[in-house]
This record gives sequence, C-alpha cells and structure tokens, in this order.
Amino acid sequence: MATTRDKSNNVLSNIDWVTILLYIAMLAMGWMSICGACYEYGEPQDLLSLASLGTRTGMQLVWIGSSMVLGVVVLLLDDRLFETFAYLIYGVLLILLFATPFLAHDIKGSLSWIKLGPFSLQPAEFAKFATSLALAKFMSAYGFQLQGSWKNLFACIALFLVPMGLIVLQKETGSALIYLSLFLMLYREGMPGSILFVGIAAVTYVIVGLRFSEQPLFDGLISLGDLLVAVLIIIFTLGLYLTYCSPSAIQDSQSAGHPSPGSLHGIKVRRSFYIILFAVGSLGLHLSASTLVDHLAPHQKNRVFVLLGLRDDPSGVGYNQIQAKIAIGSGGLAGKGFLNGTQTKLKYVPEQETDFIFCTVGEEEGFIGSAIVLGLFLALLLRLIHISERQPTAFGRVYGYCVFSIFTFHVVINVGMVLGLMPVIGIPLPFFSYGGSSLWGFTFLLFILLRIDAGRGRLLH
Amino acid sequence: MADYSLNNRKYVLGASVALILLVYLIRLFTLQLMSDDYKLRADSNAFIRRIQYPARGAITDRKGKLLVYNQPAYDIMVVMKEQVGVDTVRLCRSLGISKEWYTQRMQEIKQTKGYSMHTQQLFMSQLSARECSNFQEKIFHFPGFYIQKRSIRQYTGPYAAHLLGDVGEVSPAEIEEDKYYRPGDYIGKLGIERSYEQQLRGIKGSEILLRDVHGRIKGRYQNGKFDVKPIPGKNLTLSIDLELQKLGERLMQGKLGSIVAIEPSTGEVLCMVNAPSYDPRTMVGRQRGKRHKELSSDPMKPLLNRSIMGLYPPGSTFKTSQALTFLQEGIIKPETRYPCSHGFHYRGLKVGCHGHPSPLPLVPSIATSCNGYFCWGLYYMMSNRAKYPRVQDAMTTWRDYMVSMGFGYKLGIDLPGEKRGMIPNAEFYDKAYRGSWNGLTIISISIGQGEVTLTPLQIANLGATIANRGWYITPHVVKNIQDDNLDTLYQKRHYTMVSPVHYETVATGMQRAVEGGTCRSAANSQYIVCGKTGTAQNRGHDHSVFMGFAPKDNPKIAIAVYVENGGWGANYGVPLGALMMEQYINGKLSPASEEKAETFANKHINYGDYAR
Repeated sequence: MATTRDKSNNVLSNIDWVTILLYIAMLAMGWMSICGACYEYGEPQDLLSLASLGTRTGMQLVWIGSSMVLGVVVLLLDDRLFETFAYLIYGVLLILLFATPFLAHDIKGSLSWIKLGPFSLQPAEFAKFATSLALAKFMSAYGFQLQGSWKNLFACIALFLVPMGLIVLQKETGSALIYLSLFLMLYREGMPGSILFVGIAAVTYVIVGLRFSEQPLFDGLISLGDLLVAVLIIIFTLGLYLTYCSPSAIQDSQSAGHPSPGSLHGIKVRRSFYIILFAVGSLGLHLSASTLVDHLAPHQKNRVFVLLGLRDDPSGVGYNQIQAKIAIGSGGLAGKGFLNGTQTKLKYVPEQETDFIFCTVGEEEGFIGSAIVLGLFLALLLRLIHISERQPTAFGRVYGYCVFSIFTFHVVINVGMVLGLMPVIGIPLPFFSYGGSSLWGFTFLLFILLRIDAGRGRLLH
Repeated sequence: MADYSLNNRKYVLGASVALILLVYLIRLFTLQLMSDDYKLRADSNAFIRRIQYPARGAITDRKGKLLVYNQPAYDIMVVMKEQVGVDTVRLCRSLGISKEWYTQRMQEIKQTKGYSMHTQQLFMSQLSARECSNFQEKIFHFPGFYIQKRSIRQYTGPYAAHLLGDVGEVSPAEIEEDKYYRPGDYIGKLGIERSYEQQLRGIKGSEILLRDVHGRIKGRYQNGKFDVKPIPGKNLTLSIDLELQKLGERLMQGKLGSIVAIEPSTGEVLCMVNAPSYDPRTMVGRQRGKRHKELSSDPMKPLLNRSIMGLYPPGSTFKTSQALTFLQEGIIKPETRYPCSHGFHYRGLKVGCHGHPSPLPLVPSIATSCNGYFCWGLYYMMSNRAKYPRVQDAMTTWRDYMVSMGFGYKLGIDLPGEKRGMIPNAEFYDKAYRGSWNGLTIISISIGQGEVTLTPLQIANLGATIANRGWYITPHVVKNIQDDNLDTLYQKRHYTMVSPVHYETVATGMQRAVEGGTCRSAANSQYIVCGKTGTAQNRGHDHSVFMGFAPKDNPKIAIAVYVENGGWGANYGVPLGALMMEQYINGKLSPASEEKAETFANKHINYGDYAR
C-alpha cells in the first residue's frame, strides 16, 4: 500500500509540468485553427455548434479529449514497462505496418489507413514511438558503444530503415522520411558529425541544384542552380578546412587523446584528403544529378520534381504554395480574427486543415499568433533537449532525443513547406493538424517520455 | 573526455533548431508585414463586389399623378453544374420556350466570356411578373435554375413620350465620359430621363460577397459590415398638367405640329404636345432597340420633339414682337397710322394683306393682323438715318431686341436637343446681299417670314413674356426635385428691352384680336383671352399658328399652337388654343367645347399631298 502511494506521489511531483502546459496550449491553439479551417460560411459561430459531433471541429475535440485520456493512462503506467516491452511493441508495429497495405483502403493513393468501425487509423503514426523505444533499448544495452563502431551504427540505422521501408510501401513517402530525422539523435549519441554534415550537404545540393536548374545564367552556359551549388561547395569546403585543418584544431584533436597514428602533419594530410574528397564528391553528385535530370523527358522531369517536393502539383504551377503564401501574407500583424479568414475558409488553400494548417494561424492570428506558435514549438523542442539531457539512463536519453528529432523534423519541414522554404512533403504539424491517428501518435511519443522522465528520481535516490 | 564533447552537441542541436525557427520568423515577417501584395491578392481571390442598383426616381405630373415608375422584371438564371438531370420538356413548357431554343441557349451560355459552371448565368432576361409566376410555382422541379429580380422603366400612359424620354443601355462613349457607369448599366437616353439623369439615377451601392475557390458565393463579407447601401434616385414632379397634355395629344391626332403651354409667372411648361408621337410603353425592355429603329425610319419623324427642335416661321405671331420693338425705339406711337391697301406697296415691292379698313393705328393693326403696318414699321426703322447711322446699326438694334425676347438662342429648357432658331443679323445680310441691302430687302422678317424661324417653345415664351408685360422665366418642365433645389436659372426673371407700358398696348391689341379680330373663336365668356394668329407661308400649304394667353390680367397660361399645313391661323391654331386654355383654367371643358374638341380630334390633315 505504502509503496504504491509513494510511487504515485513520485510521478505527480516529478512530471514535467512545463511540457504539459505547452502541450495543452498547443492543443488549444490547434483546435482554434481547425475551427478556422473547417468553418463553413453561414454556420453558427458559437462554441456549442463548433463543438458539436459530426463536424470536423467536433471530431477534433473528441480526438483531443481522447488524447488527454491516453496521456493520463500512459502516466499511470510503470515506466519500466516501456523498456521491458520495447522490442515487443516494435515487433507488433512492424507486423502491423507490413500488413497495412493488404488491409488498407486506397485513400487518395495512400495505402496507410486501416478501417476500424467508424474510424480509420494510420499505424505509421504509432510506429514512431515504437521505433524510438526499440532504438532506446538497443542503444542502452550494456557495453553498447556508438562511437568508433560502424557495426553498431549500421544496426541502429537498420532499426529505423525497416519501418521506413514498410511505410514507403504504403505510398506514404512523407511519413517515411521522418525516420531520417533520427540521425539527429545518432549525432548526439556519438555518430561522427561529418556523416550528418555530408548527408545534409548532399540533400541541399540536390534540392538547390534542381530547384534553380531552369534559370539560365551567362547565355545558358550554366544555370543559377549550378552557381548556387558551386558557392555552397566552396563555403562548405572552406568551413571544413578551417574547422578541422587549422593548427589549433589539429592540436585539439591530438590533446583530446584520439588514438591517431602519425604525426600532426599526417593528421593534416589525411584530413585534407577527406575534405578534398568531399569537395570532389559534392561536385560529382551535383553534376550527375543535374545531367540525369537533364536527360529526362519533360513529363518525367516534372515527376521527379514533384517527387522531390520541388513542385507541389503535376501541372507545375506551384498553386498550393502560392495560395498558402497569399493566405499567410494577408494576415498582417494581428490577423483577420477567429473564423474571419477568407482564404482558408473559401478553400483556396489545399489540405488546409491537415498539412497546411499553419496557413490558418497565419491568416487569422497574424504575425503575432504565428510568432507565438513558433515560440511554443521552440520552447517544446528546447525543453525536450533539457529533459533528455537530465535522464540518468541511456534508455531515457536516447528515447528523449528520438522524440526531439521527430518533433523537430515535423515542425521544420511542415512550417518550412507552408512558408515556401522547404519542399512540399505531406506531414502533419504536431498538435495542430486535423486527425486522430497523428494526435494519438504524438501524444504517445511525448507522454512516454514524460513518464520515463517522471521516474528518473528512483535511480537517483 | 569523449562524453564532454558529446555533451556539447546538445548546444549544436538546440542552436540549429533555434536558428531555423528564427529564419522562419523572418520569413513570416516579410510575408505578413513587409508587403500588401499578398493581402491584395487574397482580396481579389475571395471578394467580389456586387453592385446594388438604386431604384430610379419616379416621375409625376404637377398634380402628383404618376407618369413613370419602376416595374419589376425577372431574369431566369442557371447554374450549369447544379441543373444536371432537369426535366427539360417540363422546363420548356413552363417557360413557354421551344426545345430548340433551350438547346441553343444552353450552348450559347457555355461559350460566353467568363463562363463558369459554378456560377449563375443569364438564361432568359426581363420576363414580366405574369410570365414568371408560372415558373416560380414549379421552380423546385428545376434545381440549378434561379429567378433574379430586376427593375425596368414603365409608363402609366401613352402620353408625353418626347418629354419623358426613356432609358437604354449605356454606350461605350457614355462610359468613357462618366466613370460612374459600367457596361450593362442603364442611362437616360432622351427627354427628362436624360436631362435629369444625375438626379434620377441615385447612387449605386455595393455589397462585398465572398467567393470560394470554385467561384461559388458563400456569403457576405463580415455580414455586410462594409456593404454600401444604394441611395435611391430622386423623384421628380413635372410642371406638366397630365389632363392638359392628354387633351393636347388628342387634339393633335392626325396632324403634325406642336402645342406648348407655359405658366407665365413661373416659366413652368404646362404641356408639350408633339405630333406625331408614339407610345413610350413600347420603348421598354427587350423591344426598345427594334422599336427605336422603326420610329427613326418613319418619314413623319415621330421621334422629333417638334416643340423644341422644330424650326418654324412664326408668321404673324411675330408681329407682336415688332410692335414692341418699334414702340420702344420710338419709331411708332400707339396712335401712328400706316396705310394698307390690300398690303404693303412701295417701290415695286408688294406684301399682300387681307381686306380691312385703312389706315389703322397699332391696336387694330394687331387685331386685324395688318401686314402693311409692320412692314412700314420695319421700313421706317431700317431707314431712320437720324437714329441709326447705317442700316447695319438699325439691324443690330433690332436683333438685340429679338434676342432679349428669347429668340435666336436656346432658351435653356431642361430637355436635351433644344434648337436655337434663327434671328438674322447685319453680318448675315451683308454676306447674303454683298453689303447691298436695306429695309425693303428684308421686309418679310417683320411679319415672321423670311429668314426668321422660332421653335414653338419660343413662340409660347413670347406669349408668356407679353402676359408678364415684359419678362419671362426660362421655361422648364421639372417643377420640383425631391430633397433638392431647382436650378437657379429656372427662378430668375429675364427682362426684355421693352418697357411694360408698350406690352400693355400689345396685350390690348391681342385682346382686340379675340374680341373682334382674327381670333374671334378664342373668346371665352368667363375670362379675357389675348391672342394672335399666324398663317405662316412655306413651300407647302400654310401653317396654322396661334399664340396667346389668358386671362388678360394675372394670366395663368400662355400658349403656342403650331399645326403644320393647317392653313389659316383661325382654322386650327385658334380653336385648339382656346380649348387648351379652357381646359387648363377651368380644369375641364364645357359640353359644347368637348364636342368641339372631339370634332378637331377627328379632323386629320392629309400630308401625303405636300412635299415635305
């Protein structure tokens, strides 16, 4: 009896209330945005009508309520359960992901939805926390070392490549790409920063190069894309050289005690070789990518652009992102007011209650509201780093960074896409986009961390 | 040591995230605060300004009887996307159209500029309430079909067509001139509708509607907070007396010409009869274009507002103005006598006259309409070298008198198209006769012939000026504008160059003409009538003219009657003028007069015989 009470007290007092408050604040603002996006002209504007069942706003309230219940349930569970059953949960989700395309109904070309009575669930949304748990368990095993072990690194990558591949099979490329964000977690856990850097550099080259490939410069000799990529390569290479080959950097690495064979000079030569390799490889990547695309027929080229999210519709006019910018840009400083947005309400913005929900914030709440939302997300992400760092166990820390990575990817990609700064990748904005599966998935992801965090005191005592 | 460096990576991650979100914030700043471009594009996306048309002002006669009003008409609209599966046979039957017409119309709609399957397109226009009611009852059978209410101009009767005018679709030139108009708007084209367009049209309002991505109307922006209500046009009260106008039009049946009556004390036009005329009700809505074409090709020129556009020799009615001029200039005195032996004979020139005692002083000369008297008058004026150094100076003086009486220039009535008439001047004759002319050369202008032409309105205004003994107010047909003042032009007295005593003399002459001269049939036992006949020579049969006013003191009505090719002034001019004056002064005709009116209404002049 005494122990149970003790434990529940423990949980309550150790819960990270800052995160809970951020969570509730975002749910509230999210629901307002859904109201703005789903409201139809001529309908009553009072809260009771907005909350009534059968409307999308009402349904979202159901999802919000049920998410909160789920959150409380998760908090009531024993934190050790998650570590214990991590692989089991992962395994079950993998099977579910594998089975989904066979069970699913085709919804707009996607095979990711399973019908359960009146509701549809998207297993991919739940695979995120399951994969995170499995990674956390794997990487917290006794004697696990990421640094210096290629084998372990590949094992970790394999752990999330499997669900990623299964989700690609469901034709949900956007949701699959989310798993790439876990490199952020791997970076924190010791993966060489150069891998992350090279990866990000490669993606940047391809996207920038292709995006501006059709703006010729110097009488068509090269494209604007070529010029920009060349500038990027020079900046990156110089940056690498200054970071790794300056005398002080070499001195540091020597004193840091890395077992490095050879003299200081040898280190410098070897590093310079890698940097040159990077530069040459960068150039090669860009040239091969642009040559490949150049040789495609126009319609194939267009398809590549659409696939990469550089064009958001097959007609190639960029309609969606233009309308998104118009909606946000028309909000001004203070916005048009709750339910007063015209662009979202009159359906000028596509996917406005799901992927493009940030438009409603921009249009109805203006710059002030948008800045508040960005501020809330920044607070959440920094809080997640803070929570992760204070975990006494590798399991808690790895899981925490998984959560951080996934949320970061969602926020950066989604908002960037709506603002026209990122390719169009159809993923939801956490706590704002309409939908039960994604909200439940994010709630599980976050509250499992909060539960693990709440139990951190046990080991400290 | 390794852990130490990994611990620093949290700062790298945190800082990267913060940096990216800062970039986003800057992007939001530029999108939302740096430019209005997106706001404007959002507005053009979502808002449509729909114009709300004000009701055009109604027009009544001086006693408040309605003349022109707005009648609802109905347009049938169709939304292509919603009308799928409508029973077309039934639809055609309830609208009274053929299946072929329906198919062709639907095809036309799809080819119109700016066609959208989501928005209302015009299917049939300007149906009457009766035509529409059958369809209205069954409209629930025809999803996608809508009725839109419009308003068209309508007239209570077939009267005063030229005066009232009409409205028609605005022309590109008119849009260019006044940015108020948009293609498809209506504008006054003729008559009052045109001259009082500004007052009648009101001010258009607008409502801002929200349009969704498919072009469907979803509601009013901010519940109509920014809508502007249309301001209805002002109602006009005309100075026209409908009963007088009706009688005039009846009397002028089968004749060409004009009757204009003026209230001397105010300059208000009491009637403006033009013959031939047309029924303004036939110039409404869909048939206007066709009807207008028909009328404009009619050789009798029914579209011509003869009262203000017809240029006629005033004939003997003009003698009054000559008497006034000669008296004021001291050429004659009332007791001056001139000989007339069946006309004016001098140096081989002869202007004929009818038989009457001779020589006569002024008053009986007016009463008998003696040509000789006025020819002598003009001759003595033109050859008075003591007073005027040259004949040109005499002519200029004469012209100034005429202009001061309202001749030779537009009077400025509030109707479009007024003509100025013709009063010759010295330069005119210098040019015509190469400087070699004298009083005898131009003698016929003294009896209202020759180069002189006036509009019937100017003749009526001469009557009004004599009635007022020397002044007139510019004739006008609008008595009152709702919530507005009349132009000051229509309140100001214009004094002629002749003093009132001379007018009294001329008025007495006109009284004698009625009592024992050429206008005997104009006499009325109840009031003293002053009148002057005219028999204007022209290429065809003479025009029959009458100018007069009544009663002699405190006159209520001044009138000009002009019947083309009507012969002697006494044939048509005098009796028609008398009937009109009786109608206006007594408010009705006596039974005897009514009988007379009916006789004249049925007297038609055969114009086929005369070269026009």
